[in-house]
Amino acid sequence: MAASIAVTANYVLQPPPYALDALEPHMSKQTLEFHWGKHHRAYVDNLKKQVLGTDLEGKPLDHIINKTYNNGDLLPAFNNAAQAWNHEFFWESMKPNGGGKPSGELLALLERDFTSYEKFYEEFNAAAATQFGAGWAWLAYANDKLKVVKTPNAVNPLVLGSFPLLTIDVWEHAYYLDFQNRRPDYIKTFMNNLVSWEAVSARLEAAKVASSSSA
Amino acid sequence: MTTVVFIIVLVIFAASLYDAGGTTMDPCLESMKTASLPDLPYAYDALEPVISEEIMRLHHQKHHQTYVTQYNKALNSLRSAMADGDHSAVVKLQSLIKFNGGGHVNHAIFWKNLAPVHEGGGKPPHDPLSSAIDAHFGSLEGLIQKMNAEGAAVQGSGWVWLGLDRELKRLVVETTANQDPLVTKGTHLVPLIGIDVWEHAYYPQYKNARAEYLKNIWSVINWKYAADIFEKHSRDLDTN
Repeated sequence: MAASIAVTANYVLQPPPYALDALEPHMSKQTLEFHWGKHHRAYVDNLKKQVLGTDLEGKPLDHIINKTYNNGDLLPAFNNAAQAWNHEFFWESMKPNGGGKPSGELLALLERDFTSYEKFYEEFNAAAATQFGAGWAWLAYANDKLKVVKTPNAVNPLVLGSFPLLTIDVWEHAYYLDFQNRRPDYIKTFMNNLVSWEAVSARLEAAKVASSSSA
Repeated sequence: MTTVVFIIVLVIFAASLYDAGGTTMDPCLESMKTASLPDLPYAYDALEPVISEEIMRLHHQKHHQTYVTQYNKALNSLRSAMADGDHSAVVKLQSLIKFNGGGHVNHAIFWKNLAPVHEGGGKPPHDPLSSAIDAHFGSLEGLIQKMNAEGAAVQGSGWVWLGLDRELKRLVVETTANQDPLVTKGTHLVPLIGIDVWEHAYYPQYKNARAEYLKNIWSVINWKYAADIFEKHSRDLDTN
């Protein structure tokens, strides 16, 4: 599951690929219980209700996301659809005993596109810290380049024409129980202790295949 | 468009606080008034059990304080940019000013919108606001239902407002995103009641149950403040 870039859950609430307490002490079980068990679940349930009886019903999630993004003039189902996708992608972006510096090809590409892992870390950190209000920060891939992107509310790089590789949720519900207002501490903890570089690498491979086949 | 007007008004206001001789800005701008965190008009635990002491402390001492600090920092940078004639920098600072300045403005109103029950929190408004509410929304319950529905529907972070449209002389319910003040929805809008629906406003106590927070907050809403502002503006409107 961690390897797939396309979330084809078809509106099923998939559990994270680890137990709800497996990310302790960096992300508490209580946070997972609410964030996955209530917030993520609500996006999935509400999406199902919202598309019932419409021509979106039964369509793959990424189709719904692109259709309802509507070039920025968001249609009603966008929020639930994109957030359902974003959250599944987020759980899979983390793992127990994760974080730190990647190695191999991924490190080489980060060094190529950001000059160093430290510069990437700084840029990702800054994007996550300066997204006003609710949103996400991403490592994304487009035109054979890695870049850091920040998005508001439910927006994700899929609708901006790039392949998401890694994300951090910076809606307050993602960190408030564990960090309260201290978003910078949450971001550091995510970077140092939670990132699943295996997932990122697998997504990068999928993204390269997908770009070359559509070229 | 109204956002730009708001920013321009803010900048002109800041500029008007010192004397600009001729075409050069006076570099001595110490007289420019920065923002400061207003005191809460009640104890941190005074709104229990509706809003917990933990939330009030974090909300006031951390979130609002951060908006004040960052707003002053941005104003300082603006002052330098203006003194240098760096118009690019002036424009670039607008989003920081809008976000943090808006955060300060909105929260300063919010603390006054709330009151402990023993100080009138939850007590329905007096006239003329009471009659105006009945005229526009059918009843106080009707207004509350509408504000709760719109507040619950805000995607991401923002506010739900009861406002007075001074031009059209009527009450409106509006929502704004992030820290946009009500005036960004119309320069003639005066905020009477604002309810913060950012997750930090309720999360430690209510978690994801924003609807429950909205249902409960009405028992500590300070209608007297709203009614007094409405009355003042109604008098002004009548004499114009």
